[in-house]
Amino acid sequence: MTIVATFEIRHLRFLDEHGNAVQPLPEFARDAKDLIPLYRWMALMRAYDAKAVALQRTGQLGTFASLLGQEAINAGIGSAMRPEDTFLMTYRENGAQLMRGVTLKDFFLYWGGDERGSDFSGSRHDFPICVTIAAHATHAVGVAYAMKLRREPRVAVCALGDGASSKGDFYEALNAAGVWQLPLVFVVTDNRWAISVPRVRQSGAQTLAQKAIAAGIEGLQVDGNDVIAVRHAMDEALAKARSGGGPTLIEALTYRLSDHTTADDASRYRNADEVAAAWKLEPVLRLRTYLMKCEVWSREKEDGLLRECNEQIQAAAQAYLDMPAPDMTQMFDQLYARLPPAVGKQRDEVLGE
Amino acid sequence: MAQITLVEAVNLALKRAMHDDPSIVVLGQDVGVDGGVFRATLGLLEQFGVERVIDTPLAEALIIGTAIGMAVEGLKPVAEIQFAGFAYTTLDQVLNHAGRMRHRTRGRLSCPLVMRTPCGAGIHAPEHHSESPEAMFAHIPGIRVVYPSSPRRAYGLLLAAIRDPDPVVFLEPTRLYRLFKEDVEDDGQSLALDSCYTLREGNDVTLVAWGAMAYEALATATDLAEEGIDAEVIDVATLKPLDMDTILASVAKTGRCVVVTEAARTCSFASEIAANLAEDGLLSLLAPVQRVTGYDTVVPLPRLEKHYMPDKDRIARAVRKAVAFG
Repeated sequence: MTIVATFEIRHLRFLDEHGNAVQPLPEFARDAKDLIPLYRWMALMRAYDAKAVALQRTGQLGTFASLLGQEAINAGIGSAMRPEDTFLMTYRENGAQLMRGVTLKDFFLYWGGDERGSDFSGSRHDFPICVTIAAHATHAVGVAYAMKLRREPRVAVCALGDGASSKGDFYEALNAAGVWQLPLVFVVTDNRWAISVPRVRQSGAQTLAQKAIAAGIEGLQVDGNDVIAVRHAMDEALAKARSGGGPTLIEALTYRLSDHTTADDASRYRNADEVAAAWKLEPVLRLRTYLMKCEVWSREKEDGLLRECNEQIQAAAQAYLDMPAPDMTQMFDQLYARLPPAVGKQRDEVLGE
Repeated sequence: MAQITLVEAVNLALKRAMHDDPSIVVLGQDVGVDGGVFRATLGLLEQFGVERVIDTPLAEALIIGTAIGMAVEGLKPVAEIQFAGFAYTTLDQVLNHAGRMRHRTRGRLSCPLVMRTPCGAGIHAPEHHSESPEAMFAHIPGIRVVYPSSPRRAYGLLLAAIRDPDPVVFLEPTRLYRLFKEDVEDDGQSLALDSCYTLREGNDVTLVAWGAMAYEALATATDLAEEGIDAEVIDVATLKPLDMDTILASVAKTGRCVVVTEAARTCSFASEIAANLAEDGLLSLLAPVQRVTGYDTVVPLPRLEKHYMPDKDRIARAVRKAVAFG
């Protein structure tokens, strides 16, 4: 018997849960002051998330999927990508989308049940939020193929969850990305729970990153609560993809601190001790602790930032609430480039004609 | 002008489209080196290269998902699913993504792809190779479903499908791939989508069909003429969106209608046409609408296939019944 293949999966972390650097930081993080913009984005994400939940609880928003606890992954993706790259995401990446130019008002519209929320104000070439799990992984293959065919120095980034890593679409996409060596970065957010199914019942694999190995792709694992690790892994994967080096899968370990959505009650299937332990690892506190230790952040700055965030969010929420419902014929208006007469008759029905 | 078969007409249209528009790519299983299992993509690889003529891994949902990504990103993909019986795993992609990309983004993005697939029974193929899923696709909002029945229409409708700004499921009748030849001019002219084609004018009864059954209906009409029954034959050609006006106008003239499909009867596209006739053409009808269809059973393996598929005898019986009524 001979060994024909072996593999190893690296785990990357720079900041531990106490906000201490455990190894020399990458260039972009050498000066702690340079991390403040990332921190501001993460604070805005958290404040947005709280507002969205509050709006839902008071009947002013539809079902909402919280990104609580996943701010570092969002900020890592959002800060590393270039505007011309294409982002294909799930419903828990509003933070990264925000950094790419989609607005808070867009999100409130989307979660408020208005199609106009997917007519993004910015990053208009990005895909709409993919609700069917992992289907967009195959779309990312097509996007990356087009970029490669046209010799463009662009990258497709596909964000998905631990549950998605069980789906055929995920494996099919990973496999094709490996065959064609596409400029494509998969970010698998392992937040330990796919609604009520824990990671241990999702896969028997030791890591989700190793699923990349079977497709001939590099896979690595990062501490998804350490924004420096996520950003650094993204920087390297994007640079590799952009220079023709092919795809990468980044597994980002975190914890879904919220219910699956506002329609879910996670206390039915997971215990409070586990959630309390996860709160000790959460990413916003971790970065804030580090910045304060470096004496580039303070309680006063924090208060000022939260005030700014809340004002911005309040204005966006009000703009959403003030926006009248779309005209009822809009359900037909973008169905085809030109509405066929057969469907036009149904449009007339809606109008009572 | 050359006399060519339907599958050669598909090939000719693909070559013409790829020559005229460098953003068109062809992808699917065995479409490259092999030229497709039916040879519909023969010679494309040599003419347009491996980057535009793409042999994919063996994964149907991936093929259509990839085509969606390409289409949104600005390419015009023509994806081949090797047989319609293998297209069921693509339904999620077609329904949840291709058909609603424009709508869900309020026109910000669009998805101009063509999904070609050989469709229907009658070639003595193995299990799963004789399916007729056109009604499943026709149920999906935001897409077109096109099903030609001759080399000329295959050429013109495929060009139209490729040039259409929205997703098109293009079903190709395997039974007609090499059954007969027609003069097809490679002039790059497309034919109108969303429109029925009247193949034969007549006054006694309207025969409505698509794909291989349009050919069968036309042959039946020729035979029935000898009995003194003058049948009008309509090839639906585009099932979704349906040009019901042409069918209603014909039935207003003939008063009788027989709809033919080789798909299973329940919820077949023949049922949709019959329902439309009941709603909008009732006062024209002199006899109940007849459906001549495959049965509500699994498409049998080749030894029983001929008993499953509507043939000239079954169609003629339904026509005689309609004509004799009242």
